Amino acid sequence: MTLAVAARKRRGDFCLDVAFELPTPGVLALFGRSGCGKSTLINLIAGLLRPDTGRICLDGAVLFDAERRIDVPTERRGLGYVFQEARLFPHLRVAGNLRYAEKRATGARVVGRDAVIELLDLGALLPRRTHELSGGERQRVAIGRALLTQPRLLLLDEPLAALDAPRRDEVLPYLETLRDQLGLPMVYVTHRFDEVLRLATHLVVLGAGAVLAQGSLGAISLHPELRSIIGPDEVGAILEGRVLGLDPSGALTRVQVGRGELKLQNPGFAVGSALRVQLLARDVIVSTRAPESLSVRNSLEGTLLKIDDDAGSDLLTIDIGDTAILARITKSATRDLNLVTGMPVWALVKSVSLRGHAFMAASLSA
Amino acid sequence: MWLTADESEAVRLSLAVATRSVLWSLAPAIGVAWLLTRRRFPGWTLLDALVHLPLVLPPVAVGYLLLLLFGSRGMIGAWLLRDFGIELVFTRNGAALATAVMSFPLMIRAIRMSLETVDRGLEQAARTLGAGGLDRFFSITLPLMLPGVLAGGITAFAAALGEFGAVITFVSNIPGETRTLPLALYTALQSPGGEHAAARLAALSLLLGLGGLLLSEWFARRVRRLLGR
Repeated sequence: MTLAVAARKRRGDFCLDVAFELPTPGVLALFGRSGCGKSTLINLIAGLLRPDTGRICLDGAVLFDAERRIDVPTERRGLGYVFQEARLFPHLRVAGNLRYAEKRATGARVVGRDAVIELLDLGALLPRRTHELSGGERQRVAIGRALLTQPRLLLLDEPLAALDAPRRDEVLPYLETLRDQLGLPMVYVTHRFDEVLRLATHLVVLGAGAVLAQGSLGAISLHPELRSIIGPDEVGAILEGRVLGLDPSGALTRVQVGRGELKLQNPGFAVGSALRVQLLARDVIVSTRAPESLSVRNSLEGTLLKIDDDAGSDLLTIDIGDTAILARITKSATRDLNLVTGMPVWALVKSVSLRGHAFMAASLSA
Repeated sequence: MWLTADESEAVRLSLAVATRSVLWSLAPAIGVAWLLTRRRFPGWTLLDALVHLPLVLPPVAVGYLLLLLFGSRGMIGAWLLRDFGIELVFTRNGAALATAVMSFPLMIRAIRMSLETVDRGLEQAARTLGAGGLDRFFSITLPLMLPGVLAGGITAFAAALGEFGAVITFVSNIPGETRTLPLALYTALQSPGGEHAAARLAALSLLLGLGGLLLSEWFARRVRRLLGR
């Protein structure tokens, strides 16, 4: 079960040339700066644009193949598409917009009308006219409408980009619910890394029409190509862990990551649930001795793997068993501590600087 | 009734001819407007010019051309008469055809303008929801361009009420069959002592035309509100 894309598309001076696969189910984020070709790429998958050459397959079914002259039209690809602007039909009410999709659904039933209405809280909106809706509500209706086509794959092209911060925070949890409850594969285009962090299981980093990096989010978070796009302050390891329980004080959640354990300030996660934790490189303190008498709650023992020069400081990669973390320190600190690769180090992180995002176990292991 | 028998007959005939002419030309106008707005093909310029020809030709010339084509010995007229028994010359159907041709450019203009404002993104969204070409047109494009179709239809109707030159040339001036309001007005002016009758007919034309325009505005507003604009 995969989405496999290999395509070339020239548009004026710009040339998109990519190849990647998404194991489904999962959420594949297409991430990059604006103008990198993300939207072109998602439109190639949707069939709204035609590749010059290449092949696009979904679960073994060929959607496009230049050599075999196969080009399944958009309306028969069995995909759902959520646009940046909701694109609701103004001559139909909310219920009419949903029915429009429902009537034309052809694929195997993924989700029923009642379930969609409940999942996205659309009940109260049904009799409304589309221009009476807020931006967030419009986008929820658009998502519901796309789901009711019973898609094999849901495409989302920066669905939150047109919304202000409060509206984004209002819609994001619904997208997390979709991922965790429907198991529907999604391709999610965004230029915001916080959305990637909360939603994606797989990541394709695009730059100037080419794939710069692809893989699991954890692996790519350590990737140098990502640094150039998200900026030095956002660089940091993304760890996938499991909630062990509360610490004795009851205020912190203990999370197993690699060989070590982190304590997060965000209680309320169920024991045993999967959690994604972002550890920003600038928040990590490095010690060459086991720390004592410090206020810092988290200390991970590891081995120094790499020292990279990055934006005027040193970026350390530290292996903590099964996985690695990043730490940014000044060059003088590297000198004073006589840091060399291969030596044992301790990474210290304040609990208050950790942010966790809950995932259904199934979504993360996929 | 405060209208004379002749007057009410002319009004009734005018309304019947105008209604028929609008009903006949609506679907072709939508089709041609769609072609001219959405497609580029060899012959595009020719079609565009042909459609607009009645705007620049003397109406009498249009009537004469219709006579050549649709007369009982004309290319199309002879065929219609032989195979379908349809006679256009000297009939109200012929009058409707002449007014339809004359008001066609007005209708096309209004429809094209509204078609240009239809957001192609919505049609694209309909595609992603599984709607094929015809389905998209009838479920999205047509409802969204409805204000223009209505406005075009009503403008064409009002213009059809007043069409004179093409009608009198093509179907002549036969009381009870082709003598519409403007033709009755012309006849009154030509007859000695007909000034009073002419004034009444002119007032009637004014009322009908004004009513049509007001109705058109009211319709357009209502539809715009329905579409939330």
